[in-house]
Amino acid sequence: MEIIISILAGIIFAVAVYNLLQKQMVRIIIGTVLISHAAHLFILTMGKLKRGQPPILTEGITSYTDPLPQALILTSIVISFGLTSLMLVLAYRTAKENNTDNMEQLRGKPNE
Amino acid sequence: MIFAIFVPLLFALLVPFLSRLKHKIHTGIFVLIVPLGIFLYYVRFIGKDFVPIKKTYSWIPSLGMNLDLYLDGLSLLFILLISGIGTLVVAYSIYYLDQTERLGHFYVYLLMFMAAMLGVVSFDNLFALYTFWELTSISSFLLIGYWHTKERSRYGAQKSMLITIFGGLSMLGGFILLSVIAGTSSIRELIQNADIILNNNYLPLAMGLILLGAFTKSAQFPFHIWLPDAMEAPTPVSAYLHSATMVKAGLYLVARFSPIFSNYEWFFIIISTFGIVTLCWGSYMAVRQTDLKAILAYSTISQLGMIMAMLGFGTEIAVFAAVFHILNHATFKGSLFMVAGIVDLQSGTRDIRKLGGLFTMLPITGTLALFGTFSMAGIPLPFLNGFYSKEMFFESTLQLSLTGSNLQQILTQMMPYLAVFGSIFTFVYSMYLFFGVFGKKKHDLQLPKTPKEAPLGMLIPPSILVLGIITIGLFPNAFNRPFLAHALEAINPQAASQSIGFWHGLNTPFIMSLIVVGMGLVLYGTRSAWTKIYQVIPGKLSFNRVYDRIVEQIDRRSARITNTYMNGSLKTYISFIIGTIVLVTTTYLFITDGFTIKYDNLAEISVIEIVVVVLIVIASIATIFVNHNLAALLITGIVGYGVSILFLIYRAPDLALTQLVIETVSVVLFLLAFYHLPKMRMRDDQKLTKFKNAVIAIGFGTLMTLIGISAHSSNWFEPISDYFLETAQSIGGGTNVVNVILVDMRGLDTLFEITVLGIAALAVFSLIKLKKDKGANK
Repeated sequence: MEIIISILAGIIFAVAVYNLLQKQMVRIIIGTVLISHAAHLFILTMGKLKRGQPPILTEGITSYTDPLPQALILTSIVISFGLTSLMLVLAYRTAKENNTDNMEQLRGKPNE
Repeated sequence: MIFAIFVPLLFALLVPFLSRLKHKIHTGIFVLIVPLGIFLYYVRFIGKDFVPIKKTYSWIPSLGMNLDLYLDGLSLLFILLISGIGTLVVAYSIYYLDQTERLGHFYVYLLMFMAAMLGVVSFDNLFALYTFWELTSISSFLLIGYWHTKERSRYGAQKSMLITIFGGLSMLGGFILLSVIAGTSSIRELIQNADIILNNNYLPLAMGLILLGAFTKSAQFPFHIWLPDAMEAPTPVSAYLHSATMVKAGLYLVARFSPIFSNYEWFFIIISTFGIVTLCWGSYMAVRQTDLKAILAYSTISQLGMIMAMLGFGTEIAVFAAVFHILNHATFKGSLFMVAGIVDLQSGTRDIRKLGGLFTMLPITGTLALFGTFSMAGIPLPFLNGFYSKEMFFESTLQLSLTGSNLQQILTQMMPYLAVFGSIFTFVYSMYLFFGVFGKKKHDLQLPKTPKEAPLGMLIPPSILVLGIITIGLFPNAFNRPFLAHALEAINPQAASQSIGFWHGLNTPFIMSLIVVGMGLVLYGTRSAWTKIYQVIPGKLSFNRVYDRIVEQIDRRSARITNTYMNGSLKTYISFIIGTIVLVTTTYLFITDGFTIKYDNLAEISVIEIVVVVLIVIASIATIFVNHNLAALLITGIVGYGVSILFLIYRAPDLALTQLVIETVSVVLFLLAFYHLPKMRMRDDQKLTKFKNAVIAIGFGTLMTLIGISAHSSNWFEPISDYFLETAQSIGGGTNVVNVILVDMRGLDTLFEITVLGIAALAVFSLIKLKKDKGANK
């Protein structure tokens, strides 16, 4: 199953990067959302899947899954949420100010 | 002692406040106490029984780096020059710069330079030396560009910066080589390990790189071109940095390292060749200048060349003469620069063709100039210090031993002639300088201002220097034993101290001096006949042109290269970044045989997982092809909820919960944003672009899959997770291990995570609320 999840993470990564390479802001944001999903699955797989019980200490159980990737992912989920919301508002504001959401047209000023 | 070095920097912090009072009290008056205090602190070390002092301060103990202060005769000589000339220059600047100038900036830069220069000569550590060395370049840059509205100032500042920093960086390379060869970064220890360095194959490279630093800093041919352009700085700065102290840092470096390198044949060849060529070229070029300060600049170049040559000779008398001349040059050149500043201020021009006959109008200044120029020319009079060191220079060229390779012998035989040749021109430009400004009145003298004698305060600093010329001239031996002999010891520990005397009988050096005076007088008398030659050589073969071409080309080419990839397109950047990651990492993965795959020890596959995985795959691929906002939102949601189901299956209930909450809030957020955002459009890429994007994307996905599988299949380290499982209850006091890790063991991490969220929230809020500035253009 780990191999399948690795492949799944790879596919999501590929789709995410393809979205990042688009011109439209919305697609780029979707790309960043997907890339964080992929990264979470990627980290989770490294800690091996479905070995033992959830890491909540209970009497009589000795085998638990690896808690460390979970802690990392938990942090990452929250941060990526912050990132997504910031990007959405940034996109909204930029599109409104410049009347375009085409990144190829938003290239900054020369000598900037 | 370390305090004395940082005092100027600390005081610089006060200068901005003091400069507010500049209309009541000139800022220079406050600043004056700093160099004066340092001078008085160090001057007490002068004495016959002075021994080097070493103090150690811990700097970066983990790298074994200490700040060792080392005060020997050479450092002391430089420190006294820096603080002594510094005091006079600050005093002079009080009258030179009036209250309308940006005094705060000026004195901050000047103090910064003072600290940097003190640091260069005080520290025993190679890297401390380098740090302060570059700081002198930076403060020099700032001071040259002080009148930054002038185009020439900016040009001169940039030129000095580019050339000296280039040298500084090569010097750093040399230092690193040396410290690797000898295993230490202390100059003391390097000298003790000199034989290890001398037998190393990298010796030529290390020495060459270090000398590059010294030659660029001390304006040796052909790197001298920055110094004349540096004359755009205010005159006190020229007197201080570009004549008395900073440009001598290169000499200091060569002197410091000569105990290490002096037994190496090429040390003599390279340094004395560059030095003597610089002496001749500088003095020749000085004669054809018309700007007072340009004459002085080329004269400084040639004098630096002369000292450099003597350091290259390395014989006892040569090194002694070098040390002696460092002191003498500071006195006469410093006073001459100050005189040039007075002439400039009082008459309104520095062009020697317009000046003349000023002696009657500026009698005191003229007298000061007389002593300065005559000392510089090396006229044999017993009260001019320049004569002594110049005669010792001649003597040292005659005393070179005729051993070694052919090249060395040829050089040795040529030295006396070249020395006389260079000195003749020194004599000519000295006379030209004095008589051109103060000598016979020109018929059509029209000056922008009618010159009056300068205020007393402006005359005092050059007078003190001229007093120095005369005192050293009359009583050279008063400076010898207690002062100069220690500097000689520092460079050449075996050297016996030299005696300085005016009259040694009619020996060869004295005859050489007479030849210089005689030939000089002839050349000066017939100078109008030579003007044509001065225009032919160097003519178009100027190193300035080479420099300008190089800078221009670098500018153009780097702009062209940068514009090809920094084109402002996000897509290009991402392609480059991801493409590089894919290429480099994949190559490395296969070169090191890093890819492994094992089929044992895998979790079993269940139907429900497969269903979820397939769902996620379909949904994520669909995000590429979707063309409607709401549809895109739903599809992205499917991926998110799918992932949270996977979390649940893989025994991560906390993750699943968080993911569900976040996913739901995200959907709301997307809905809100999509309402305002432009509608999604069809992708209108060309086939080729689509193909390129697909290659990069699939490459990246494949790479991540390979890494994931390899990471799972290899078992290099014991997992550290057991620690958390074992200690969660005992030190964290909780049963939910993930929570304990987050709030307890990595509590700070979580705190910062909350901070990030807070900042993001603030940014979101302000981006929505912020109104566009009406005045700003789009």
